This record gives sequence, C-alpha cells and structure tokens, in this order.
Amino acid sequence: MASNVAITAPQTQEDLLIEEFGYDDHFHDHHHGDKYQSNFVTTYIFSQDHKMIAKQFLITGMFWAIIGGLMSLVFRLQLGFPEESMAWLKPILGKWITVNEAGIGTLAPEFYYALVTMHGTIIVFFVLTAGLSGTFSNLLIPLQIGARDMASPLLNMFSYWFFFLAGVVMFASLFLNTGPFAGGWTAYPPLSALPQASSGSGAGMTLWTVSLVLFVVSVLLGGINYVTTVLNLRTKGMTMWRLPLTIWAFFVTAIIGILSFPVLASGFFLLMCDRGLGTSFFLSEIFIGGQALDHVGGSPVLYQHLFWFLGHPEVYIIILPAMGIVSEVLSVHARKPIFGYKAMVYSILAIAFLSFIVWAHHMFMSGVNPFISNFFVIFTLIIAVPSAVKVFNWIATLYGGNIRFNSANLFAIGFVSMFISGGLTGIFLGNSAIDIQLHDTYFVVAHFHIVMGIAAFFGMYAGVYHWFPKMFAGRFMNETLGKIHFWGTLIGAYAIFWPMHYLGMAGVPRRYYSFDIFDTFRHFGTMNKFITIAAIIVFALQMLMVINFFYSIWRGKKMTTQNPYGSSTLEWTTPINVGHGNWPGKIPTVQRWPYDYGKDGKEFVTQVTPLTEKEKAEGAH
Amino acid sequence: MTALLAIICVVLLAVIAVQVGKVTELAGKIRGEEEVQEQTNRMNGSIGMIFMIVFLVATVVSAFYYRNWMLGYGPHEAASEHGMSLDYLFNVTLFFTGIVFIITQILLFYFAWKYQGKKDRKALFMPHDNKLEIIWTIIPAIVMTFLVVGGLDVWNETMADVEPGEEVIEFEATGYQFAWALRYPGPDGKLGTRDYTKINGINALGQVWTDEKNMDDLMVDEIVLPKGKKVRVRIIARDVLHNFYLPHFRVKMDAVPGMPTYFVFTPTKTTEEYREELSKYPEYQAPDINEPEKMLWETFNYELACAELCGKGHFSMRRLVRVVEEDEYEVWLNGQKSFYLSSIRGTDEDPYKDELLDFEIKERKAAFNSAVNKARAAVEDSLRIIRLENVNFETGSSTLTPLSRYELDNVVDMLNQYSNMTIEVAGHTDNTGDAEANQALSESRAKIVYDYIVARDIATDRLNFAGYGQDRPVDTNDTDAGRASNRRTEFKILTQ
Ligand code: HEM
Ligand SMILES: [Cu+2]
Ligand SMILES: [Cu+2]
Repeated sequence: MASNVAITAPQTQEDLLIEEFGYDDHFHDHHHGDKYQSNFVTTYIFSQDHKMIAKQFLITGMFWAIIGGLMSLVFRLQLGFPEESMAWLKPILGKWITVNEAGIGTLAPEFYYALVTMHGTIIVFFVLTAGLSGTFSNLLIPLQIGARDMASPLLNMFSYWFFFLAGVVMFASLFLNTGPFAGGWTAYPPLSALPQASSGSGAGMTLWTVSLVLFVVSVLLGGINYVTTVLNLRTKGMTMWRLPLTIWAFFVTAIIGILSFPVLASGFFLLMCDRGLGTSFFLSEIFIGGQALDHVGGSPVLYQHLFWFLGHPEVYIIILPAMGIVSEVLSVHARKPIFGYKAMVYSILAIAFLSFIVWAHHMFMSGVNPFISNFFVIFTLIIAVPSAVKVFNWIATLYGGNIRFNSANLFAIGFVSMFISGGLTGIFLGNSAIDIQLHDTYFVVAHFHIVMGIAAFFGMYAGVYHWFPKMFAGRFMNETLGKIHFWGTLIGAYAIFWPMHYLGMAGVPRRYYSFDIFDTFRHFGTMNKFITIAAIIVFALQMLMVINFFYSIWRGKKMTTQNPYGSSTLEWTTPINVGHGNWPGKIPTVQRWPYDYGKDGKEFVTQVTPLTEKEKAEGAH
Repeated sequence: MTALLAIICVVLLAVIAVQVGKVTELAGKIRGEEEVQEQTNRMNGSIGMIFMIVFLVATVVSAFYYRNWMLGYGPHEAASEHGMSLDYLFNVTLFFTGIVFIITQILLFYFAWKYQGKKDRKALFMPHDNKLEIIWTIIPAIVMTFLVVGGLDVWNETMADVEPGEEVIEFEATGYQFAWALRYPGPDGKLGTRDYTKINGINALGQVWTDEKNMDDLMVDEIVLPKGKKVRVRIIARDVLHNFYLPHFRVKMDAVPGMPTYFVFTPTKTTEEYREELSKYPEYQAPDINEPEKMLWETFNYELACAELCGKGHFSMRRLVRVVEEDEYEVWLNGQKSFYLSSIRGTDEDPYKDELLDFEIKERKAAFNSAVNKARAAVEDSLRIIRLENVNFETGSSTLTPLSRYELDNVVDMLNQYSNMTIEVAGHTDNTGDAEANQALSESRAKIVYDYIVARDIATDRLNFAGYGQDRPVDTNDTDAGRASNRRTEFKILTQ
C-alpha cells in the first residue's frame, strides 16, 4: 500500500536524497503485505502503528477535555450565578441537583467538590499528560528521528489501552451512588482515606485510585518506549545534538515520568493499605463520625511528600512537550533557527533536574519544618532562570524572522505570552514568605491555569494545527476557524484567569463552594460573573476547534506538496499519505542539525541534505 | 423542546462556522496562496499589536481599579507585624516581575508584527549569540538571588517559634468537620494535654482532666487578642486536614491530625482601628447587604477561615477574630469561665468526681472555720450547733459518700486545734417512713461519724453521739425542701 503511493507520487528532491544516501533496512521485504494493519481492528483499534496510536491518544484526550471542560462550566455557574436555579441541569446531573418546592435547583456542595476534583484530575492527567505527551511523542518520535516505529509497538499499544482503561474506570466512578471522589486532585489523606470524611471517599476514591494506577502503567509503558526509541532507533547521522527540540522535550519528559510516576503509585499503594488493611502510614489520632480510630503514628504530610515528588515533575511533564512543540513551530514559521539551540537543551535538562528537588514548595504551609523550606525556596527560584532563558530565546527566535502567521504559529506565540504571565506569578509563590498569604487562594489558581493549563493547551493546539496533515492523510485544518479559535481563546483565557489574581490578593481561598459566609470574600460577585461568562465563551470556542478538527479530517484542504511549511525535519520527507513504516523505501540518514533555516541565502535545508563543501555544521556559521 | 432548539442552534452555528471557513479557503484559491498568506500575516501581526496594547492597558487599569482590594495597598495593609514585611516583599516582587512582564510581552508581539512574513523579506540566520545568552541568564539569576535572600529573611523570622521563657499569649485552634474549636489556657497560661481517644460529645477536644493544666482552660467561640502582644497559635485537627487562615494577619498553617503545628504573630491594629481605616475608602462606604442600615466598614470583622479542602462544608468554617486594647482583653478574659468547672466538674466525665480539688478543700475549710468561729462566739446554747452540710450518706444506708471525708477532716482539725473542746454528734431524719427505723438510722449515722473522728486519734471522752430520728425537725416536713433540710448531721459544741 504505502510503497504504491511512493512509486506513483512525483519524486521530490528529498526522495532522491533518501534514495541516494538512505539506509536500506529491508523493512518492506520483511513486512510484506503489511501484516500489522491487515483489517479494521488491527488498523483502527488494536493498532501498533505509532501514528494511529497518536491519533487514539489525541481523540481520547479531546473527549476528556470536553468532559473536563463541561464540568468546569457547571461549577463556574455555581460560583458566578449562585442564585440562579440549576434545575435545568437535573436531567443530566440527577440527584446532585436538589430542587426545592419553589422549583429552584441548587448544586449540592459534595457534588461541587466532586466536579472540581474530577475536572483537575481529568485535565492534568488525561488531557495534558496523555493527550499531549501521548499524542505527540508517539507521532513525532519515530517520524523525526528516522525510525520505522517505536522500539516496542506492542507495549506502545498497551500504553494506549491502559490509558483507555483508566478512562473507563474514572468514567464509571461518575455514576456511583455515592458520587465520584471529591477530595481534590491531590487526594490528601485523611480526607481521601476515610469514607466517613466525605461520600466521595468511599467507592469513588477506590475507583479514582484504580484509574490512576492504570494510568501510571500507561505512562510507564509509553515512557520506557519513548526513551528506548530515542536512544536506540535514531537513524544514521542523527546524533543527540541533531535532535529537534520536540524530541529532546519528549525524551526528557519520558525520563521524568519514569522516575516520578512510580513514587505516586507507591503513595497510592500506601493509601490503599490505610484504607483497606488498617495500616497507619498517613493516619494518626483521628476522631471522626463519633469514633476515635485506632490509627496512630502515621503522618498525612508523608503522603504530600510522595504526591508532590510526582506532582511537581508532573507539571513539567505537561509543559515540556508543549515547550518542545512551540520551539519547533516557532522556528519553522519564523523561518529562522531556534535561537540558542544548545541553551534550550540545557535549560530543558536543568528544569528536569531541578523539578525533582522543588516539590515541597507546594507544602510550605503543611507543617513541615520551616527550616527545610529554605532549600526548596532556593531551588524553586533557581528554576525561574532556565525558564527565563527559554522565554528570551523564543522571543529572539522571532527577532529578524520572516514570520508566517498560521494557527499553529499563533498558538506558539500565545504559548509564550501565557508562559510569561504564569511563570512570573510562580516567583511570588516560590518565595515561601509570600506564599503564606497566597497559598490555596485564587492566586495559585490563576498561576497554574495560565502557566500550565492554558499554556499547555496552546502548545497542544500549535502541535495539532501544525502536524494535522501528518496525522490525517495530508489534509489541513481550516485556517480561518483556527485563527478565530486562537484570538478568541487568547483573549478569553486571560479574561478568565487574570482577574483571579485580584481575588487571590484579596485573600479569597480556592475550593470554596460559596463566598457569602465571609465578609472578607463576598465582595466579588460581579467579577465571578464575568469570569463565568468568559469561561462559557472560551468553551464554545473550543467546540469550534472540535468541529474544525473533525470536518477537516474528511474535508480539509489537501496538501499538494510533501513539505508544505518548508520544514527541515524528517517527518516532512515522508509521503503525503504516510503508511506503516513511515518511509516507503530506505530510511533517511541525517546530515545536519534540524534548524537550517535561512542559512546561506537558502530558505531552508532539510536534514537529509548533505553539507556542501565549505559549509559549517550545525549552528556554526 | 428547549433542548431540541438548543441542539438546532448548535448545529446551525457549526454549519455557519464551516461555511465561513470554506469561503476564505476559496478566496485563497482564487487570489493565490502567497498573496493571501501575506495579507494574513499583516492582519494577524496587527491584531497581535492591538491585543498587546489592549492587554497591557487592561492589566494596568484593572490593577488600578482593584487597588483597594490588593495585598498591601490602600486599606489592605497587614494587621500583623510580620505581615508588613510580607506585603513589602510581595510588592518588591511585583515591581520586578511587572517590568519583565511588560518588556517581554511588548517584545513578543512587537517582533511578531515587525517581522511578519513578506515575499521579499529574508530571515536572519541567527542561531545563537553567547553574549546575549549569558546576559539573560545572569540578570534573572541576580534578581532571583536578591528575592531569595529577602524572602528567606522574612520567612525565617516569621516562622521562628517563641524562645523558651518569652512572654507570649498562647491559644489553640482545632479544626474539625466543619468548624473550629478555640481554647485559651486560662490563668496558668498553659494548655492542658489532650488524648484523642477521650473525645466525646461533651469533651470535644479529648482534654485529659487528670492534667491540672486543663482545669482552667477556656473554650471560647471567637478569637479575642490584645493589640501589640505576641501570640502563638497552636494548630491541630481532629479528623482531616484543615488550614488555619487569618487573611488580614497573613497567617496560614495547616491543621494536621496527630501533629500540632503553630504560628506566631503580633496583631498591630485593633478591629476598631481597622474599621476606621476602611471607612476612608469608597469600597467600604456602601451599605452592607446583610445589615443595610450599616456601612460595610462598620460591619467589618477580622475572620478565621479554612484554607485546606476538608470536605463538603469546607467553605463554611468561619470564626470571628476581635483585636482589642489590652485592658479590654483582660476584662474579656476574666469574664470567661473554665470549661472544666462549668461543664465537666461533677459529671461522669470528671475523674475527680469523688474528690475535692485543692481550691475546693480550701474553700470548704474556710466556710467551716467561720461557722465554728460563729458558733463559739454565740451565747445561746442552741446556736452552738454546726450543721455538717457536706457530710452525706448513700440513700437509706449509713455509708458515708466519698466527699464527706473532707468535712469530717475539718472537724478533726478543729478538735486538734481546740484541745479542750468536747462535742456531741447528732443524726436527724425527716418524717417519712417508720419512726423507729428512722431513729435507728440516725443513730447509726451519728455513730459512723463518731467512729471516723475517733479513728483519727481523738480521745473518746471528747465526743459522744446521738440519734434523734424524726423528733427534732428544723423545718416543715410537708415539702421536699423542708424534708431535705431536716435530714442532717450536725454537732454541738459542749465545752469550748
Ligand atoms: C517560574 C517557575 C515556577 C515557580 C517558581 C512556581 C512555583 C509554584 C509554587 C510555589 C506553587 C505552590 C503554590 C501554593 O500552592 O501555594 C505552584 C503551584 C503550581 N504550579 Fe507553579 N511554579 C512555576 C512554574 C510552573 C509551571 C511551568 C507549571 C506547569 C506547567 C506550574 C504548575 C503549577 C501547578 C499545577 C500548581 C498548583 C498545584 C495545586 O496546588 O493544585 N508552575 N507553583
Ligand atoms: Cu510545583
Ligand atoms: Cu477546610
């Protein structure tokens, strides 16, 4: 199949270069008739092709993004319009809406907290981890390093299906009689350990944990695969210093995941023991429900250490792939090499390393010894340095460019704007003294939604718009709709989250079902309405993107050339309709780094093009 | 029906969106891709510039608009000593990050616009520039160092526990689903020990009553603090995590079951002073919707909130905090009653149910002595009788209740003090039941008292005993109260 396309398609210069310099691994001799994708099930469902698995991750991620987004709209309605009746949601939410005699429906507080918890868990893990890293690591690692597929396509398939199962379990928990887990995405015990403490802490918490353990398995299977593939399956000539920044980012992300997710799993394991086996790892001296429990000697703070030892690296697991995508997209569309390629790699490595020794900045107010916090303040604020370097380098990449504005690049620029705004507020929070006041207020909500939530979504959108043709048979997404999507979301996202800084500065705590009880917190009704309206609009704009996405899969504009962006990386040397094994003939060998844009008067030079005689390699000139 | 309409609307919108997209794609085909791309670049670069300007203006204007709600501005200065330096640090950080924010946002959108793609433009080949990179690594590093040093200084000072022997007011806050229990140490200045297994409906904190420090502890329902005095809050939780959060004082600390935490701070403004300050700002010169006849600044109160998700009632854990002048604080404190004495003493909870506490012994001794003195001074014989109010017997028997011994010891002490004194111990009953039996009971009760005293080395010739049954009532036998006062043990001073 795939080879047919290559034979009939006109030979491009890259095809010829691959013919000439490429490496013949006799792939298509071994895989005669493409036994991996011979029927519907093996092609679309239990596929082992990395590109199909990428699409599965993406579409599953989109499904969860819609669910998670809708949940946030429901609890935003509660915050913005607490007096309005929610009776109309009764058909969907059932008994969680209580309707009084007058017909006024109110959202039950338990369910408000369940929604907040599910929203956080779903977006952080299912959308921004699996949907982002899962999609693009799978799609791009083999394509950009010149590999036929992942090191283990089978494990790769399992990685998706464990994620899928995790989703099924989480979804099932939404229909429990006692409701899904409602103790926050961080699931701090004792609240998460004791069914007496909250109705969601019973079966809801059990399913939540089972789901996330399945998810950890998925991340580990995927991660091991990504690392192995990057280390072992790079094509000839693809040294580490010739990897595009996307691959660097996915590679380091996978390593972080492999090192940190098992710690989360062990935390969950101990939590399960406390819940089911009567151990006391996290529990001590508790009196609840009229009863003194016989747990003594445990420490809830221990759980927080275990959780955040993953939790902080997790936020970089989310943002690094986005950073990689943005670096690549900005560079391609600015028609300039990414500024400071090596500095970018070193800052990824520095961030990755530091991300393991800053976790307790989430715990300044948890009762840990204040002396210990000194170290965490220092390391936390050091992270701002490589982060700042990255920002300056992105801006410098735009400088002197010949910038092509398409949706992908707009989202990349938007990412930088968001990352600046949200990263800077991290500097407030990282300083423990200031965090005394800001911890667990809306200031934190503003910080992490801008720097992680919105920025990572922007990185993901940049990737989707940019690589859509590689995923869906050479079709583009619609640009006009993409631009409406971008500008609307940029403005809307700031409209949602910027005001939250003021709430936080005024001291308003996060995770409050209602602000009316406190004189200090009840003055912001108008602002909360404004935020809710903005959230609804932004959600609608994302639906526009979804429509564009599915419409374009079948009806999008067709790509006419193999390399529509004039990109120098390997994925654009594959056929428009790329089949299993990625290259119809030989595997390309790599002759240069991936960022030769505008060098020596040439618009771009692909990585398969050998250096000319007097040309200096890599970034030197 | 409405659902159907909504669905139709959504579908219609989707169709319109797709059509809009198609039209522009068509235009691209007609006019040539490159032409259209250049126009797109121009348009989006310009939108970016407009966005940037509007966005930056909006950030500044909104900050100005909300200035009176912001940390460390206008009326929202911290009401505690460490809070001042914290606010200062916040604003220093705001200054530096604000500069970076504005510069980088401007450059980002300006470059995007300036270098928008044009057919005849050639991009620079500028892969890196070591000098630039070193500069923008070092500058943030320096700023960070500055912030870290400043921050840690404030942090370590704020979080330092009190020195041993330092004068401090300590109180305790216990979070539970969904309220705060507040405990002050009482006159001894020390909080008593707790044991979570002792918690029950009455003893909400599991105070251990055998610990003397608990007996004077006060349970209050609002936090009252004197201005200018160092305060140490001991923070703990009973069930799940909570967080002790005083927004105006910049105080926040998790309440952890099984692991007490603390926060030390010094309030610097009384509630009245804070109200005074608020009254100057228009935000607070509006009527309070909860009490429309008052202005917001008049109804203002410091508040305690919970800042750690603890379950469905997390948002409702409110307590009032009142900061007052020191003398007012003393008055308030003295008006509070020990929880032990007011709610525990003498109940089944009380481990000292069968004992008198030292101060009670003293009180009774004093009362007894004054009765003795009065009786000794009396001229008439009939007034030399002293009723033993606190000597009691189990119902219908002649067994002394445990607490009776304290009074009898007082009698022994008296006899030792006045070595020539002789007395007669007498038992009396009311008129219920059989007269003969009453006579026997009263006699045996008098004998028990007699035995008790004699057993304590008082010579038998100094006292005798008699039972009078129901013959000598001092009150009517027709009412409960009257009968109660007729049932009695007393003694009469025979010789001084
Ligand atoms: C300049 C770099 C950054 C610094 C110094 C920083 C610092 C902090 C600190 C101290 C907190 C804890 C706040 C609190 O709970 O009181 C926090 C929260 C958070 N940060 Fe950052 N941050 C930075 C960048 C990022 C990035 C890049 C991400 C993600 C991509 C991120 C995601 C988060 C999240 C998700 C939370 C909240 C978690 C929760 O409590 O639910 N931060 N940040
Ligand atoms: Cu963190
Ligand atoms: Cu709470």
